[in-house]
Amino acid sequence: MSVVLIKGARILGGDPVDLVLRDGVIAELGPGLRADGATVVDADGLVALPGLVDLHTHLREPGREDAETVYTGSRAAALGGYTAVCAMANTSPVADTAGVVEQVYRLGQEAGLVDVQPIGAVTIGLAGERLAELGAMADSAARVRVFSDDGHCVSDPRLMRRALEYVKAFDGVIAQHAEEPRLTEGAQMHEGEVSARLGLTGWPAVAEESIIARDVLLAEHVGARLHVCHVSTAGSVEIIRVAKARGVRVTAEVTPHHLLLTHTRAESYDPVYKVNPPLRTDADVTALREGLRDGTIDIVATDHAPHAAEDKECEWAYARPGMLGLETALPIVLDVLGDQWDLIAERMSRAPARIAGLDNHGHDLKVGAPANLTLIDPTARWTVEATGLASLSHNTPYAGMTVPGRIVATFLRGVPTVLDGKVQK
Amino acid sequence: MKHLLSTADLDAATATEILDIATEMASVSGREIKKLPTLRGRTVVNLFYEDSTRTRISFEAAAKRLSADVINFSAKGSSVAKGESLKDTAWTLQAMGADAVVIRHPASGAPHRLAGWVSGSVLNAGDGTHEHPTQALLDAYTMRARMGRLDGLHVAIVGDVLHSRVARSNVLLLNTLGAKVTLVGPPTLVPTDLSSAVQVSYDLDAVLPQADVVMMLRVQRERMTDSYFPSAREYSRRYGLDGARLRRMPSHGIVMHPGPMNRGMEITPEVADSPRSTIVEQVTNGVSVRMACLYLLLGGRS
Ligand SMILES: [Zn+2]
Repeated sequence: MSVVLIKGARILGGDPVDLVLRDGVIAELGPGLRADGATVVDADGLVALPGLVDLHTHLREPGREDAETVYTGSRAAALGGYTAVCAMANTSPVADTAGVVEQVYRLGQEAGLVDVQPIGAVTIGLAGERLAELGAMADSAARVRVFSDDGHCVSDPRLMRRALEYVKAFDGVIAQHAEEPRLTEGAQMHEGEVSARLGLTGWPAVAEESIIARDVLLAEHVGARLHVCHVSTAGSVEIIRVAKARGVRVTAEVTPHHLLLTHTRAESYDPVYKVNPPLRTDADVTALREGLRDGTIDIVATDHAPHAAEDKECEWAYARPGMLGLETALPIVLDVLGDQWDLIAERMSRAPARIAGLDNHGHDLKVGAPANLTLIDPTARWTVEATGLASLSHNTPYAGMTVPGRIVATFLRGVPTVLDGKVQK
Repeated sequence: MKHLLSTADLDAATATEILDIATEMASVSGREIKKLPTLRGRTVVNLFYEDSTRTRISFEAAAKRLSADVINFSAKGSSVAKGESLKDTAWTLQAMGADAVVIRHPASGAPHRLAGWVSGSVLNAGDGTHEHPTQALLDAYTMRARMGRLDGLHVAIVGDVLHSRVARSNVLLLNTLGAKVTLVGPPTLVPTDLSSAVQVSYDLDAVLPQADVVMMLRVQRERMTDSYFPSAREYSRRYGLDGARLRRMPSHGIVMHPGPMNRGMEITPEVADSPRSTIVEQVTNGVSVRMACLYLLLGGRS
């Protein structure tokens, strides 16, 4: 097993300290450490965070290996400072059986750059009709705890109630893509003055909010855990705030793009800005940021959604929704929250690890803790280039944008996956 | 002016220039030999992803009267129907040396995308539920010809504004040219946030006495099945223009319709065929206005 000596890292922005990573854990921590035969990493000026955890990643394998694979997505994740990602179930075939989730899990192990934790589908084929074998997926080698039909909403209230109840047996959680399908038929972008002007069918905020309101009541009624994917509206934040005050076991995520971009981006008709839920208004962005600061929103999740060029270089209405996120998430959050390192660690590492039940991730960097961490240069600024990203696809909405924070190194169980900004595999 | 994608791109001076050139073009159309040599050697491609014989013929006539070479590229039965992407088609047009592409497309924004992929000019001949700029220009031309002015005119646009590219282009252009616009229809079909410069009314009878121009929009019967309104009969009763309603308008008021009409739905035959209706003139004026647009885009003035 390799030994790593990190010199002078500022844990959560604190005073510089040395770390020795040995046997997968943080073996020593303090000033002036030495370790014979260790790989020495000069972390002068760098901030150390617990390895980031993404609760919402689309890796596209199996089925769309032309857009992303578990391996290429793992590279992107490591470069973004992640040590664990949760792979969404909307692959082809759908991850709705123990066999498929185990396949994805094994592919992640083989890639070996981040822990790939499969998410299981709630319903067979994401069709929203019958429950998938949730227990079999939970009992499989992949140990699935998060279930989601993401891309589709579990819109049938009875089915949603049953799913919430059923997964209590193994402390599972249903991650809901909140979108009332009847209110979003043909929807292309946020319903508002921009959609009215552009002649693109609107996706009204109420289609998200009505499902979240229903689901928090269902979760309360059956005493189950609910996780809300990619919250995008001010109204949703308010509903979740009220639900939490009532003691409902609800957690929520926001994406970097919903924290930064608004619906006016659609004016270019460039589908790189097409995403589901859609980019919304300035008022929504403000409310989402406020919710993220005050804890109403528990985590930032990327909803990393790679798409092949032909699915984006076309008419807006024909394009697939979704954008890349893994390699730009931390810089965007740093831009939005500023250097509140403890808050960033909470929203991007500890809380997502807790929600996903990833016991080896999201730990504070202390002696004995798993050596999953990332080093960031907070003063570096870099310009995003679509073709410069590790993802197989290029659909980043941030191309040409200059962002703060460069991820210099990432370690998974003490093994460097990224050094000097370069993947080690 | 490189492209004509939206009437929002036209300032008052440019829009007025187009209408003035169209007036000159109309006099050519009245001559025995209806041809000008202006665009000799230039290639205009009509790229139509939707069936619209009227609009295609109007653009074709306009280009030919300016002596341009016209290529009709219909999406039906071509490589486009076999799944060729708009971007690949754009490269084909580029290789053909198209100086201008006139595009009709069911997806809003398709002309914007195309403009990023070809070096020639792009003319939006109707994109999805977004815009139809030459229709708005020919409507403005028709109003100016009939009423003598546009500034201060009160125009009521009635019907399915939500899904109407004609309405969108008209709202923007009429605002620019100083007309006052009221959108009329059931609340399900009239977006309230389209423009801060327009009035919205759900009561046609209340609007008619002040309207110099009433523009009736085509209402598709399919909207009924989507519950935008309960029945064609109820729609006609509340928002259709019949003889009785026509008589509520000022005596100088005119009735317009971009076509094709649903006779008996939004407009009765009595109104459509009355001398107050400009429906036939609109078609005639369409050629002159499209000549003016091609002329300006392909190396005329401005
Ligand atoms: Zn989703």
